[in-house]
Formats: sequence, C-alpha cells, structure tokens
Amino acid sequence: MADSFSINNEMSKRRKFLVAATSVAGGVASAAIATPFILSMMPSERAKAAGAPVEVDISKLEPGMLLMVEWRGRVVWILDRTPQMLETLKKLESQLADPNSEKNQQPDYAQNETRSIKPEILVVEGVCTHLGCSPVFRKDVAPEDLGPDWLGGFFCPCHGSKFDLAGRVYKNVPAPTNLSVPPHVYLSDNILLIGAESKESA
Amino acid sequence: MDKQNTFLNWIDKRFPLASTWKAHFTEYYAPKNFNFWYFFGSLALLVLVNQLLTGIFLTMSYKPDADLAFASVEYIMRDVDFGWLIRYMHSTGASMFFVVVYLHMFRGMMYGSYRKPRELLWLIGMAIFFVLMSLAFTGYILPWGQMSYWGAQVIVSMFEAIPFIGETLHNWILGDFMLSDAALNRFFAYHVVTLPVLIVVLVFVHIIALHEVGSNNPDGIEIKENKNPQTKIPVDGIPFHPYYTVKDIFGVIAFLIVFCGIIFFAPEMGGYFLEDNNFIPADTLKTPDHIAPVWYFTPYYSMLRAVTINFLWIDAKLWGVFLMVAGVAVFCFLPWLDRSPVKSIRYKGPIFKTALTLFVISFFVLGWLGTQSPTPTLTLLAQIFTVVYFAFFVLMPWYSKIDKTKPEPKRVTK
Repeated sequence: MADSFSINNEMSKRRKFLVAATSVAGGVASAAIATPFILSMMPSERAKAAGAPVEVDISKLEPGMLLMVEWRGRVVWILDRTPQMLETLKKLESQLADPNSEKNQQPDYAQNETRSIKPEILVVEGVCTHLGCSPVFRKDVAPEDLGPDWLGGFFCPCHGSKFDLAGRVYKNVPAPTNLSVPPHVYLSDNILLIGAESKESA
Repeated sequence: MDKQNTFLNWIDKRFPLASTWKAHFTEYYAPKNFNFWYFFGSLALLVLVNQLLTGIFLTMSYKPDADLAFASVEYIMRDVDFGWLIRYMHSTGASMFFVVVYLHMFRGMMYGSYRKPRELLWLIGMAIFFVLMSLAFTGYILPWGQMSYWGAQVIVSMFEAIPFIGETLHNWILGDFMLSDAALNRFFAYHVVTLPVLIVVLVFVHIIALHEVGSNNPDGIEIKENKNPQTKIPVDGIPFHPYYTVKDIFGVIAFLIVFCGIIFFAPEMGGYFLEDNNFIPADTLKTPDHIAPVWYFTPYYSMLRAVTINFLWIDAKLWGVFLMVAGVAVFCFLPWLDRSPVKSIRYKGPIFKTALTLFVISFFVLGWLGTQSPTPTLTLLAQIFTVVYFAFFVLMPWYSKIDKTKPEPKRVTK
C-alpha cells in the first residue's frame, strides 16, 4: 500500500522543482479566484448605505419611562430617570465592573457619572455586550428572581448579565463591558438626534 | 431470470456493481455480537435520507426573505396539502438526528470504537457531527421566528469575541452590520446546498473508512485477528447482508413507530423540538424573556454562560465561547486520551465506569440547565458540571492507565 505513495522519492530534481512550481502557481490561482467570492459576502453597498441617523421627539417621555427606537437595526433605549433612579447609581458602584466608564463604550460627552448629556436622560443601545440579546428593563426594586439587592436596571434574559440604570455592567456576569452609548445630540430641548453628533454630519 | 443476469452482466462489464455489492454487503463481515447499541448508525442514515427528501419539498414552498419567511412556513403548515406532515417530518427528524447521533457516539465511548485502528473513522464522524450542528443551526433560523432570530444573534455574536478580526468576521458572516435579510438568505444557501452536500460526502467517506478497518464490537476485540485459515473469513464475522440488513430493518421499524408517534401526537414535544417563542415572528427590538436553544445544543449553551470570571488577559465572554467550542471539539482527542489496555467498558475497571457515568450525568444536567433561566445557584451548578464534563476528558490519560482492567477474551462473547 505504502509503495504507491513512494514514487515521489525517485523524482528527479527537475521534476521536483516542476511539481513545487505548479503547486505554488495553482495555490496563487486558487487564492485569486477565491477572493471575489469571499468579498461578495461582505456587507453590500445597500447595507452600507442604510443606517441614517434618526430624530426622536422626547417631549412625551415621562419620568421613569423607557422609549425604544430603532437605529441601524439595533434598539436604542431612551430612559427618563427619576431622582430616585439617579440616586441608585452611586450606591451600586462597588458592584460594577467599570463604574467610571473607562472602557471606550461611549462618546466623550457621555463619559460621566450618569453616562449621559442631560443627567436624567439616558441614551444607550439596548444590545447586551455579551452576545447581542436585548436586556429587559427591570425597574422593580428587589424582585424575587433578581434578589433583594436589585435597585432597578437592565437584566439580560439570555445569559443573566446585569446592568444598572446607566447601562453599567455588574461584576461577575458574562457581559464584558458597559452598554454602548451611541453618538447623539440634542437638536433642541426635546428633539434628540441619534447616530450623529450634529445635524450637518448626518 | 436469464434476462436479468444478462442485464447485470452488461452493467458489470461497465461498472463494478457486483464487486461493490459483495465488498460492502454480502462479503463485508461484521462481528456477530452486535447488540442494541449498533442500531444507531443505520438509523442516522435513515434520518439523513428523511431530511434530504422532506427538505426538497419544503424548499418548494419556503421563501428565504426576512419579510416573507415566517408567513411562508405558516403557509406550508396551513395551505399546502400535507405541508404540515412534511414540515413535522423535517423538524422531528432534526431532533431525532441528534438523538440517534448522541447514542451512536455514546456507543463508541462505551466500547472504545475510537481506539486504534479507528481513530480516523472517529474523526470523520466528528466532522459529520460539526456539519450536523451547522445544519441544525442554519435550519432553525429559516422560519425567522423569535427564537430563530435571537438564537442566531447569540451564536453569530460569538464571532465578535475573537480578538482583532472579530468585527470584520461578524459582518462578513452576516453580510450586514446586524442580523438581517442578507444573513437569512445566505444561511438558506448553506442549509440547502453547501452543508447537505458536505454531510453526504462525509457520510460516504465515514462508511468507506468503516469498511476498511471493520466494525468494532461490544467486546472491543479485533475479529480480523482470528480468521479461518482456509476461507480467510473472520471466525466471529457474519456477512452484513442478510444478517445485519435484517437486524437493521427491525431497528428501522421500531424507530419509525416512535418517529410517527412524535409527528402525529407531539411534534412540538412540549416546546423542546419546536419552541413556543418561535411561533412569534422575529422582532428585532425585543428579546423574548426566556431564550434557550433547542435541546440538543443546551449542554454547550450552559458551558457558554457558565463562565462569568475574567481569567488571565482574556475576558469571560471569550472564555465562554472557547469552552463551548472545546466542549464539542474535545471528543476529537478521545483516541489519544484513552490509555487503557482494553477497549470495551466490559473489561474496563471501576474508575472508567464511574468517570463515564459522571460524564453522562454532567451532560444531562448541563442540558437541563441550558433550558432554564440563569440564576446564581443554577450558574454555580453549571460551573461545577462543566468542570466534571471536561475532567472526564482531561484526566483520562491518567485514570484510564491506573484503572484495574479485566483480560479481554480471545473470541467475542454474547
């Protein structure tokens, strides 16, 4: 059996060279022909063109209420936090993985205690940083399933990651980072633009 | 009769029909002591054929479009004549494929079927298992229900955890920056063309490799080492046809009774074969309150979410993905992890029997945990049993060596 593979040993130098050269040329040709097929699977021009910024009117948003809007196919939450809700942020700091938002998950203008431009209005992507599920807004304090220490926040039903009311991730949960804050800007007091930092750049 | 022979002779002069039939059926000698556990290979083949046939008919009415997919599946269920039957045959077939494949693999683990000279046979089998998992994953996305969408979201997001190239790879897989119509369309292509072709080729190669080395048996001894000096036929071997074709037909009938029972009386299997949330169209803004994969992925899903601690410079997310992949891939190393002087569990000692029992328990517990919502207690349980699961493999080189084995017999026993 093994003999049928040993012919190569008797190959002349010239034949060995030719086999090697043919293999290399064949390999280059294979890589060349594979390229257009592989690149055809990247996001198309149409997919790239989608994802324009969205304008949101938040005048009807009441304290404690969560508004969901879609931007680039992802859900963006706009939460009007009550003073009680804002108080919880300080209390939880010892339980959080990145309380000061040091990891680059937000624009500079949201790298503060409340992770927002206006202290009470939180704008954050409702996409768990673990594996992309959308966490559930759980404003109830100390519910049965989340334990007596729960002060309200976001809970991911997929793998149990927990975030506080500023979208900051708890320690020892699967999600590695805080929820991402999308670029956004207030065009007026009640008109919010999500996905761009000024009307012009949109 | 003569006409038939003339015809067969005509074929035989042009195609090796008779010799192939002989080599793989009438003169392929299998050990005579096969038991219950040897039904599952042929049953896996049966389910594969079921999936291929029903799949063709489903594609005739299904539409791989994010706006139309869900409705087209409902159309198959309600308006296509016998569409419900064909779809339930396909969806039940998917779950039963994993039932028979898991039993088939467990048989190999019990009787040491992965040991020399069957290492390559085992690896080809593992390749089939990977393709099967990909088929199940891509197939589950097609109805574009809530579980389709969010299950795919979770699995595809795992690629983002890969350092440096993660995001580009993620976008390349999806053909978009998020899970959308583009991804559904290409997963359909994989599910109906790429992966079925691959699995059929691999199954063919698996059988060729099996017939080269010959089947193992419950005693784990090589029947080829004891041949009749005159006939050169193994003394403990019997021709595959008619002996095992008849035996397998019995297995097929028993299997079909169970299969039909499920199709007609419990096609959703209480939410385990077809999940409740998948009867809701995909909503890209809202994850269902409780998400879990279909039962056959739950053990690995438990491992994925068991890791909650950052370790070394790698974060918990990537460790979870790594463990999940390792949980499947680790079977590939079995041929080289097992250092026992005997193959079959019949002659292995108490340590191996305990280890295998613990492994099976951990597989079931992890499987159950994967269907539950995560709580701190359940996460701790998942962590413990993930350790047990991997300990079975990682410690095997040591415990299989020091284990007290019994001597193997010269001939196969009952």
